[in-house]
Amino acid sequence: MGFLKKKRWQRRHLMEAFMKFIMRVSLVIVAGALGLILWIIVVRGLPALSWDMVTKIPEGGYYMGKGGGILNAILGSLYLAAGGTFLAMIFSVPIAMYLKTYLGDSKWGQYVRLALDVLWGIPSIVYGAFGFTLMIALGIRASLLAGIIILALIELPIMTRAMDEVIRRMPVDLEHAALALGSTKFEVALRVVTRQMLPGITTAILLGFGRGIGDAASVLFTAGYTDRIPTSLMRPTASLPLAVFFQLGSPYPEVQQRGYAAALILTIIVLVVSLGSRWLSARLNKYTIK
Amino acid sequence: MSASQLIQKTAGRLIRPAHTPRTRQNNFAQRTFFVFTLLPVILILIVTVALIVRSLPILNAYPLSDLIFGKVWKPTNGQFGFLPFILGTFWVTAVGVILAVPPCLLVSIYLAEYAHAKTRSFAKPVLDLLAAIPPVVYGVWGLLAIVPFVDKVLAPLSTRWLGAVSIFSVNQPTGFGILAAGIVLAVMIAPLIISVMYEIFSTVPNDLRHASLAVGATQWQTIRNIILPQVGPGIIAAIVLGASRALGETIAVLMVVGNVPQIPTSIFDSAYPLPALIANNYGEMMSIPLYDAALLSAALVLLVVILIFNILSMLVIQRMLRRKWAS
Repeated sequence: MGFLKKKRWQRRHLMEAFMKFIMRVSLVIVAGALGLILWIIVVRGLPALSWDMVTKIPEGGYYMGKGGGILNAILGSLYLAAGGTFLAMIFSVPIAMYLKTYLGDSKWGQYVRLALDVLWGIPSIVYGAFGFTLMIALGIRASLLAGIIILALIELPIMTRAMDEVIRRMPVDLEHAALALGSTKFEVALRVVTRQMLPGITTAILLGFGRGIGDAASVLFTAGYTDRIPTSLMRPTASLPLAVFFQLGSPYPEVQQRGYAAALILTIIVLVVSLGSRWLSARLNKYTIK
Repeated sequence: MSASQLIQKTAGRLIRPAHTPRTRQNNFAQRTFFVFTLLPVILILIVTVALIVRSLPILNAYPLSDLIFGKVWKPTNGQFGFLPFILGTFWVTAVGVILAVPPCLLVSIYLAEYAHAKTRSFAKPVLDLLAAIPPVVYGVWGLLAIVPFVDKVLAPLSTRWLGAVSIFSVNQPTGFGILAAGIVLAVMIAPLIISVMYEIFSTVPNDLRHASLAVGATQWQTIRNIILPQVGPGIIAAIVLGASRALGETIAVLMVVGNVPQIPTSIFDSAYPLPALIANNYGEMMSIPLYDAALLSAALVLLVVILIFNILSMLVIQRMLRRKWAS
């Protein structure tokens, strides 16, 4: 009897230890993948990274290995992502506020959230194709403005849902207290929810910006590519992801090297934005009531 | 003044009068905000309708079965067979999902059931960063690390041990192909799958865990016998969601998949998924008749499949999460 008991005890505990072990291994694999990506990008990108890369636009023969940099792409990407984020924010803040104050968990609220999640899932290539058909229909050519509009569409669901998730955790007492004092729902939204939402808005902005700056497939269709720094909304513009993509397609090793460096620049921007948003939202969270 | 009149009067006060400036402002805001929330719903409809309208010419010119099952892609001859691209998309997505699911499931179980707060606070930023890395950077990584790895390590291994099985045979030894794209995709969709699965695990009430542990089950027994049966639909929804992300991934896949329009027979073969087809050819699509309609109908197919996947999985996930809030 004692023998049997001991054997059963051992077997399930072995299983426990084994499962725990392979779970830890999986976690290490996932974290290792991140480490590997960053390592490869840094190791291959750093040698080609120079001051010229980030301060000059492509000179004649740049794509055959001559001098210049990708300032056009860096600035173009910043314009695109900033414009897209700004435009998306104009729409996402009211939607998130309405979801919180007026809709809550009502049926319509659920539909809107579902619609946002579904929009989130539409791949950027489809947005790009859609943007392309729109541009043909309206007779506009590839331009900074078209890129900004499409990026705004891509960022809208991400930003709205990010704000929504944060504001959902607002204590319901706060809302009740304000309503009990006789304020309208709009006043609750404006005076109470906005303040509680501040960390959510910051996270959402940085999240949207990070997504916008890295998106290639939609910008390919709508913003085009050029060696100049855009001076007007109606001009085409370069972008970092496409700079990486096009330079890697080159047969010249020097140009490919610069493609790796451009990837490193893009990665650095995205990492700074991502880590910055964590830090900022942790700081701002101190000023909200939980 | 009678009592009933008084009650009526105070009751009237309690319900806010409809004509004060503040109420009007509130009503106006409510209506404006409501219009804003229509936006996401309308946007989905507009995107779908625009793509349908633009792809109508080709749907009218050829029967649907010719488009879907046609094997020849020669737009200049007016031949639009999507089969190689559809199969390419399917293979790449399937390999990506199959590679991603086991580790993702294990990691999410570990984070939800075993991990200390410290491990969790380490894993969260790792997943956030993985999700934040742009597709094109994944593509560069695939090009620099995964393609040589497949070429130099996995392909010889497979020839040696699995050469007899046709889906593992190495016919085009370049490294570029379905397997490389699948590995890159697996890493790209991992953060999404893990975070959704983690959310799903957190919907299981703690009482169930306590009850099982109290009768002497180990933690793994609890997970296998109590928790996993509870979350089955949610896990499947998370996988479907991951698959829909993989279906539409463009740039990263395009860079490592080889882009050869053929019907793949092995995971080492090159393929040419639909998104890559659209992205590679948009430049010349206005110059050949029906070419633009063909490419936009490819986008439409992607959109419809992804919409279906997304709506189904999000419905399941939302329902499971609501159960948590209700309890």
